[in-house]
Amino acid sequence: MMDWSPVIISLQTALCATGATLLLALPAARWRVKRHGPVVEFLDGVLLFPLALPPTVVGLVLLMVFGRQSPVGAALEAIGLTVIFTWPATVIAATAVAFPIMYQTAKGAFLQVDAELLDAARVFGFCERRILWQILLPIAWPGILAGLILSFVRAIGEFGATLMLAGNIPGRTQTIPIAIFFHVEGGDMSGALMLSCVIVGISICALFFLTRVAPGGMNPAAGKTL
Amino acid sequence: MLIGSSSILMLRRVLTESVSCPLLPESEMQIAGIGGNVLRLTGHFAPRNHRMKKSILLCLLGALLTSRAETITLTVSAAVSLKVPLETLKAEFEKTNPGVGILYNFGSSGSLQQQIVHGAPVDVFISAAAKQMDELESAGLVLSGSRFVLLANSIVLIAPAGSTGPGGFEGLTAESVKTIAIGEPKSVPVGMYAMEMFAHLGLEAGVKNKLVFAKDARQVLFYVESGNADAGLVYGSDAIGSKSVRIVATAPVGSHNKVEYPAAGIKASGHPGEATAFLDFLRSPGAEALFKSAGFDTRSSP
Repeated sequence: MMDWSPVIISLQTALCATGATLLLALPAARWRVKRHGPVVEFLDGVLLFPLALPPTVVGLVLLMVFGRQSPVGAALEAIGLTVIFTWPATVIAATAVAFPIMYQTAKGAFLQVDAELLDAARVFGFCERRILWQILLPIAWPGILAGLILSFVRAIGEFGATLMLAGNIPGRTQTIPIAIFFHVEGGDMSGALMLSCVIVGISICALFFLTRVAPGGMNPAAGKTL
Repeated sequence: MLIGSSSILMLRRVLTESVSCPLLPESEMQIAGIGGNVLRLTGHFAPRNHRMKKSILLCLLGALLTSRAETITLTVSAAVSLKVPLETLKAEFEKTNPGVGILYNFGSSGSLQQQIVHGAPVDVFISAAAKQMDELESAGLVLSGSRFVLLANSIVLIAPAGSTGPGGFEGLTAESVKTIAIGEPKSVPVGMYAMEMFAHLGLEAGVKNKLVFAKDARQVLFYVESGNADAGLVYGSDAIGSKSVRIVATAPVGSHNKVEYPAAGIKASGHPGEATAFLDFLRSPGAEALFKSAGFDTRSSP
């Protein structure tokens, strides 16, 4: 009997991680595009850095931050929170690797918004908050959506950092990629292939949505409705 | 880049004969080149004067030197719990067997088995359990007659050094023990032995929700060393080699299948002679002594 728990865990993890990257990366990107200078550029590099690192290194850094012998991990433990080997650890790992993708895409989307449009809104007396919700975000939306979907497929495929921080606990932290790895190690090829088909299916659906359904997404011709 | 041994022989012959005779007969100038192309030096390409011959000699010498630097490399896939003693033995073997280099591939026995099943170029396999070797043998992948039991090991319960930890195996079900690291039972032998032991001691239900399954014996050790798991089950040899963990208890005799490390040559190996020599070397008294000092039991010890 096939154990479907990795599929459920992976979907939950990837959806939560995508939500988290959205909440973290949008303000960061908005902050970034309004500023210039060496410090901002340095911070920009820091935020993008996980993209350039092997996921195992990201996992190691997270382990050093959240491990039970680190100050952060010990402090969390003191208030009754354990990160390592728990489901939230899968979300943290997936968020860490997906964040730069969301951040970079959102930056591009914000930069594409015509600055004169925003100035015009200011002339008409729009407050900054209204400009954000009624002008900036709607115009940048196709790009942000693209970032969301790319983050989702990156998050659902995450393996290295997840294995280090969340471990392999069936029914709790065992995501599809981790289940595939251990199926292969144990010689269960049919189980590995089955889950591979599932994850390929999920990713194809997400990318199909991005290129065909989402307005503008990666296919500029489809986004002419604005 | 590979140069066939026949071409090396021919290069050597050309080299020695060209030193003794001033002008080479044309037949001697057939040089098997790299990749099997035959370079034929005739007519005005044949060395006429001394200088040209000298430069050709230099070229040949260069080819000879590069071919001499080439040694046979034995790929040894071994359970990761053997890492420390095998690394030490590598230098010893290479010293006494010039021309044979050892390349280790460490992993969980299940993972290594799968690599061999899928055609990885492995010459020698040392598993941490009979199961993986049995499966390879029944698939006809093991060099017949080469299999033997190399080592034995014990299973111990460990906790991070300096922690209170569980008092013994029964303590694993206590509230204070939140995470127990073991190997993934289907692919990592140390995990399989751990599950057998839990079943034997009737602890299965009590520990079920605390287990985290590592990808090999080393990862179990790392989880406990780093304090991220409260306890773990590893081989006695692993625990002896680590300063960051303390041994809480040793699994009682009979609570799990005997921990035996079978070793064998792999049939697809291109170097069965060297593989056998390496397997014999592992059984030598010197190697046995080293395994013993690393915390393993050898065949000669009870």
